[in-house]
Amino acid sequence: MAGLRQIAMQGRAVLGIVLSQFRTLWRVLGHTFTRADTVQYPEQKPALSPRYRGRIVLTRDPDGEERCVACNLCAVVCPVACIALQKAEDAHGRWYPEFFRINFSRCILCGLCEEACPTYAIQLTPDFEMAEYDRRNMVYEKEHLLIDGPGKYHDYNFYRVAGKSIGGKDKGEAEHEAPPIDIHSLLP
Amino acid sequence: MVGIVVDGEPHEVPAGGNLLQSLLSLGLDLPYFCWHPALGSVGACRQCAVVQYRDENDVTGRVAMACMTPVAEGLRIGLKAPAAVEFRAGIIELLMTNHPHDCPVCEEGGECHLQDMTVMTGHTFRQYRGLKRTHRNQYLGPFINHEMNRCIACYRCVRFYRDYAGGDDLQVFASRNQVYFGRFEDGALENEFSGNLVEVCPTGVFTDRTFSAHFTRKWDLQTAPSVCVHCGVGCNTTPGERYGTLKRVINRYHGDLNGYFLCDRGRFGYGFVNCADRLTEPMLHGQPVTRAEGRARLRDVTFKGAIGIGSPRASLEANFALRELVGPENFYAGCADADYAMLDTIRRVLASWPVHSPSLREVEGADVVLVLGEDVGNTAPRLALAIRQATRNCMLAAAAELKIAPWQDAAVRELAQQVRGPLFVLATTGTRLDELAEVVVRRTPADIARLGFAIAHALEPAAPAVSGLSDEDRQHAESIAEALKRADNPLVVSGTGSGEPAIVEAAAQIACALSRRRKQPASVSFVVPECNSLGLMLLDPKRLGKALESAESGSVPAAIVLESDLFRSARTEAVESFLSRVGETVLLDHSPQATAHRAQIVLPVGTFAETEGTFVNGEGRAQRFFAAMSPRGAAMDSWRWLAEAHPRHDWQCLDEVTGACAAAIPVLARMVDAAPRADFRIDGLKIPRQTHRRSGRTAASAHIDIREPQPQDDTDSALAFTMEGDAFDAPAALRTYSWAPSWNSNGQSIAKFQDEVGGALRGGDPGVRLFEPVQRGAAPWFTEIPRAVAAEPGVWLTVPRYHVFGSEALSARAESVVERIPAPYVALHPSDLARLGHADSVELNWHGFREVLPVLADDTVVPGTIGVPVGLPGMPCGPCPRTLALRKAEPHGSGVST
Repeated sequence: MAGLRQIAMQGRAVLGIVLSQFRTLWRVLGHTFTRADTVQYPEQKPALSPRYRGRIVLTRDPDGEERCVACNLCAVVCPVACIALQKAEDAHGRWYPEFFRINFSRCILCGLCEEACPTYAIQLTPDFEMAEYDRRNMVYEKEHLLIDGPGKYHDYNFYRVAGKSIGGKDKGEAEHEAPPIDIHSLLP
Repeated sequence: MVGIVVDGEPHEVPAGGNLLQSLLSLGLDLPYFCWHPALGSVGACRQCAVVQYRDENDVTGRVAMACMTPVAEGLRIGLKAPAAVEFRAGIIELLMTNHPHDCPVCEEGGECHLQDMTVMTGHTFRQYRGLKRTHRNQYLGPFINHEMNRCIACYRCVRFYRDYAGGDDLQVFASRNQVYFGRFEDGALENEFSGNLVEVCPTGVFTDRTFSAHFTRKWDLQTAPSVCVHCGVGCNTTPGERYGTLKRVINRYHGDLNGYFLCDRGRFGYGFVNCADRLTEPMLHGQPVTRAEGRARLRDVTFKGAIGIGSPRASLEANFALRELVGPENFYAGCADADYAMLDTIRRVLASWPVHSPSLREVEGADVVLVLGEDVGNTAPRLALAIRQATRNCMLAAAAELKIAPWQDAAVRELAQQVRGPLFVLATTGTRLDELAEVVVRRTPADIARLGFAIAHALEPAAPAVSGLSDEDRQHAESIAEALKRADNPLVVSGTGSGEPAIVEAAAQIACALSRRRKQPASVSFVVPECNSLGLMLLDPKRLGKALESAESGSVPAAIVLESDLFRSARTEAVESFLSRVGETVLLDHSPQATAHRAQIVLPVGTFAETEGTFVNGEGRAQRFFAAMSPRGAAMDSWRWLAEAHPRHDWQCLDEVTGACAAAIPVLARMVDAAPRADFRIDGLKIPRQTHRRSGRTAASAHIDIREPQPQDDTDSALAFTMEGDAFDAPAALRTYSWAPSWNSNGQSIAKFQDEVGGALRGGDPGVRLFEPVQRGAAPWFTEIPRAVAAEPGVWLTVPRYHVFGSEALSARAESVVERIPAPYVALHPSDLARLGHADSVELNWHGFREVLPVLADDTVVPGTIGVPVGLPGMPCGPCPRTLALRKAEPHGSGVST
């Protein structure tokens, strides 16, 4: 009895293997008639989500001014230390980067800089085509990074929220701010 | 010591302190704002709440402010008790209701005490929906930026500026949550300690304007322990570099010296390092040459038998290397002969008299202070700040009688009002300390010296008497001597500022007389002109005048001038004649100056921020300073240029020079202990100059070379130009920056490096004191008492005047300091000016040159003398003559210098 049961089990296993081969053949053949997931890159480009982590850009606020305030948080959070910048300040107190350099030959496109950015200035884009024959061409300066639009975040303007006054926005004109106090007033 | 219980754990803490300080000293974290170790407690911010229990059965307890709670035996408190935690979180939330949303554009961000405390209490989400109050900012001068929106009204700024530093132009205005800290109107903060507001302010209301101009976050600065070069006090500093620029200088805590505070000259004078006109290439007859060429020329000059002129602002090692190169018999001091004479006296007194030269902490403990002929506030501001604290000791004594603890700041000040301890200022002109003095006596330099000798005689009849003293001066001498006799801890302060050697001698005489009376060394503190003036003197140089004289006879084939401008140290015509008679002149310096234009060979060297070495301050403390950055261009350490030119010595690193210097000069034997040697390691690694959070390593120089440069090797010290290693456990002399987990701000994180908060650094404060008082030295009295000078008609006795900003050459080159430098002038007493016919400017005979200078009426000038500011840009060069003949200048400046 034990011998018969063993033979039956082996037979089922063999049958399973054979059927699996047919199922595989069927699947493969079936894909001949389905739409391909791959695209003919580079002739064809894939559609990438806006949240894709590719080439880094610096964006502008809705007023068209540079969003970057040179706070250095992206640089310090960068695990490969590939961001270097220097703060400068215009005549009205607005901070901006004097230079802003990203060494893309070191960048691992982790997106931590974007997470750290308090002004939505630095953003990763769905562009990944950055291959170069010369590593030196992968060093991007501010003029290579700065784009003309606000990127993914259309409305945010850091200086409208922050208490520091800049040209065109005086003390007390930011969100949730009371007008400046007249310290010469005798009223309590 | 008393036993207290914190969260059920027993601890031992020193008796008499407040609970907050004790908890911090135990290494526990408790948030606070208004308390400061140097300023004491006022209980204003309510942040340091703890729960205090009656006894072990009390489980509820009550919330108490730790800073206002004295520690007592058996005190039981809960740091982590829910009531305390909730209370502290609530306070932070309230403080933050008006705080602007601007950390990214705040210079304080990353080293902000408010950020640290907010994180520590766990306040992350804002619930307040109301409007934030806003304030307009003020222009506060070239040093300080003002951003009032960030204020949390802890009152630390006015407590420091007004109560501690004696400033009167920073006020608090308005009321309740509208309070405003600023000036009555826009304008530069006048007090010379205003820069400390940057570190005292727990948030970003007051920030460093010079730093903001080329701002870098704290974590990106490459820093090294350093020593200030702008006066002879030797305050410890931390210079920080980024992208090849010296970005800022901040205080480096030293328990015995500067403590928590620096003066503005030390903090903002660093700008000279960044000047575009620095000497960076070796120059031969005005043409740039290679380093090898420069070295070869230096060697040639040495073979000719050159003399060496050492520098009071170069390190001991550099001066010693020069002394070895030219031979001790050819080694001269690069300072004015008058300074030389005074420094020589100071050297002898400190080395062999029974007097003690006190540290600044000891100065703060003095109960009677006599300042003899020195405008300490302008020549050594940090020492003046210590004297200012010393005048409070009578307040503290009165408070102690009423059992008020010294840290109860508001109570002590309320009790004492404006009462100040005995301070006697005997000066040759008005000084910054006059406002605190019980007695101010202004006389000519010779008369001040005579008065000093008279005080010494009144203290100890064995000291020579002074004849022909006026009755008034005799009374002054008697009363001051009486006060010094009664004092428990008297202090005499003098220095080289007056230009009168007899004043230094008189100060030493008084201290010696006190020592004899008290049978123990009395304290005397000497102000020396430059950061290493005393160190240079310990190498036993000859005076500069001798070098100038020997050149007259044509016996000087060449001269090597180390980091000094001869035109500041001797008369112009004497220097001109010296330079023209000397065959060849080599100058080693970092900044352009008058001698650089005349030297045939100029070799560039590094500044204090780029080199390493040892300075000896006025106290006689040898302190090591380290490079925060590498020198510009072809510049090198001075000692290295000189060592490479030496035919026999093969010194490869600084330790070898230091060792050779210590072996050759007995009094400097202990200078090797000023810092650990270059082979010092922690876990096999050097001490990092960069923080573990440094950014941009792979991008900072990628535009020049895509490959990251290898970190520069530093063979001269145990510090590395990298971020690898243990900066936290470094010995105090090698501590490159002050940071501890949860504590990012410089002023507050230092608590983690101190034995006891506000006390000595762990492992001892850095530096080595070279002089210990000779216990029973039979010091010979100075017997040459100067005669009173009778004024001649038409001839005025010159009295040097000093300015914090301008009188010191290096800081005067800093861009921000330039704004604060007064215009050239001379000062006369109003009565003298009236005799001259109320002139706007006077024409004077300056070493044979006719100079026209604006004249200022100043009633602190002694009649018959003329106050001449020292070193101000635009003043005639050279040490000022002892007397000046002057007359009213013709209009339109017909008598401009010839």
